[in-house]
Amino acid sequence: MSMPQGVPLAADAHISITGVSKTFKGRAGDVHALQDIDLTIRRGEFVSILGPSGCGKSTLLMLLSGLVPSTKGMIKVGDKTVEGPNPDIGIVFQQDVLLEWRTALQNVMMQAEIRKADLKAARERALQLLEMVSLKGFEGSYPKEMSGGMRQRVSICRALLHKPPLLLMDEPFGALDAMTRDQLQLDLMRLCRDNAMTVFFITHSISEAVFLSDRVVVMSPRPGRVERIIDIDLPRPRRLLMREDPRFNDYTRELTQIFQGLGVFREEV
Amino acid sequence: MAVVESTPARPVISETRRSRWSPLRMLRSVSPAVWTLIALVIFWEVSVRLTHVAEFILPTPSRIIEEIGAYWPRLMVNSGYTIGEIVLGFVFSVIVAVPLAVLITYSRAADRAIYPLIVTSQTIPKVAIAPLMVAWFGYGATPKIVIVVLLSFFPIVINSVVGLRASSAEMLYLARSMGATPWQTFWKFRLPQALPNMFAGFKLATVMAVIGAIVAEFVGSDVGLGYVIQVAGSSFNITRQFAAIVVISVIGMVLFMLMEWAERLIVPWKNSSNIAGEA
Repeated sequence: MSMPQGVPLAADAHISITGVSKTFKGRAGDVHALQDIDLTIRRGEFVSILGPSGCGKSTLLMLLSGLVPSTKGMIKVGDKTVEGPNPDIGIVFQQDVLLEWRTALQNVMMQAEIRKADLKAARERALQLLEMVSLKGFEGSYPKEMSGGMRQRVSICRALLHKPPLLLMDEPFGALDAMTRDQLQLDLMRLCRDNAMTVFFITHSISEAVFLSDRVVVMSPRPGRVERIIDIDLPRPRRLLMREDPRFNDYTRELTQIFQGLGVFREEV
Repeated sequence: MAVVESTPARPVISETRRSRWSPLRMLRSVSPAVWTLIALVIFWEVSVRLTHVAEFILPTPSRIIEEIGAYWPRLMVNSGYTIGEIVLGFVFSVIVAVPLAVLITYSRAADRAIYPLIVTSQTIPKVAIAPLMVAWFGYGATPKIVIVVLLSFFPIVINSVVGLRASSAEMLYLARSMGATPWQTFWKFRLPQALPNMFAGFKLATVMAVIGAIVAEFVGSDVGLGYVIQVAGSSFNITRQFAAIVVISVIGMVLFMLMEWAERLIVPWKNSSNIAGEA
């Protein structure tokens, strides 16, 4: 089931990361956040980056977005080398980062306002997106009137408004309770199906990674390296009860054992 | 598809307000603090009358109100001067302090070269500078406005800087990923984010501005409520002093309430905010 490395599929490769390292200069010396990352992601693929805190997952996401430069190596998104902020992406963070002074709809519309897009068409799409995530009727609500799950859904709609071919998500459901999380995972997979995009999804939940992904990239900490890449061969659409399926459990077991091997978990004997 | 988390409480406009008027409901709608105030004033009135305290030591509230009525025209003229100094000084403070806060937020050099000086300068008691201002600028309106600025400037700078820095790293990343220009980032993200803090600063500044104007008038003036208090004191007219104190307190309260009203109008999404750097 596992492959040693991302197999370069030149024809439909959406993202190719070659020999990328990132070093932060710190007071106590240099911090090697990422070391020699090689990874290829196909167009339309849902890839989870799984690893413990401090393995450089978020750093890798920032490098992909072009908001932070890499120290070494090359990142290509589409046929363009990433050298500055990449406009063809949507980003969702763990915090929803909604603007408190704007309603749900206005928050989503921010994306169109800044990009100077056709506001009328954008508005229509914004309303459509909000409806798709069950927020019809809450377009005019302010963030402080919404629950954590609703706020995060608005921030997902905002990330999708301009139909980005690539969606970057940094532990987007990490701050939500388990049931809200289940629902948002289902919502996200439906949005992915309807919008045809590549998703780069960071998580530290093994079952979340298996449930959502086509491939799971296992990273090891300090310095962050790609340890293993596991193909998740489960049918779509994924259903909640699939998590009880023996094949699902095989994947979570395999991943747990990889982390045990890395010394991420310390268990009492 | 079911929404899992519970539906949040959407603001519901109370229907009870529209029901018929009744005196009891009217009384209930008044803040308890108002009742406490009324009780204190009555206690003052009664105890002064019972103990026959001399008026030049402590006048009764009713005598103070009488005095306000009798001296009304002069109080009004002098209030005009004081209000003018407060408002001009405050406006000038905002005009200087807000751009300075923006500079400190955006320029690392300004942050390191100017900001620490502004903060440490707060240990200088500005009241002590007042006589110096009179020596430099004479007895006109200028020294008063300068002192008002000196007092009200600080809370505006500090709170604006705190507010402008409140934009999270994620928010700024988000703005950049949308391709926002620095100009758009400032107007659409940073400034609205800073407004609740800035208003906290403005409110504190109005209070400081009133203090500044009165102190400046104590030191050297021939007009204004501070001057009225000074002159009445030198002739042991305690009742007139109280009259002027009541008027200046009302002015302070009205200015503060005006700022609160402006805040509700401009920052409707926030009903409370943190106040930093109380001077």
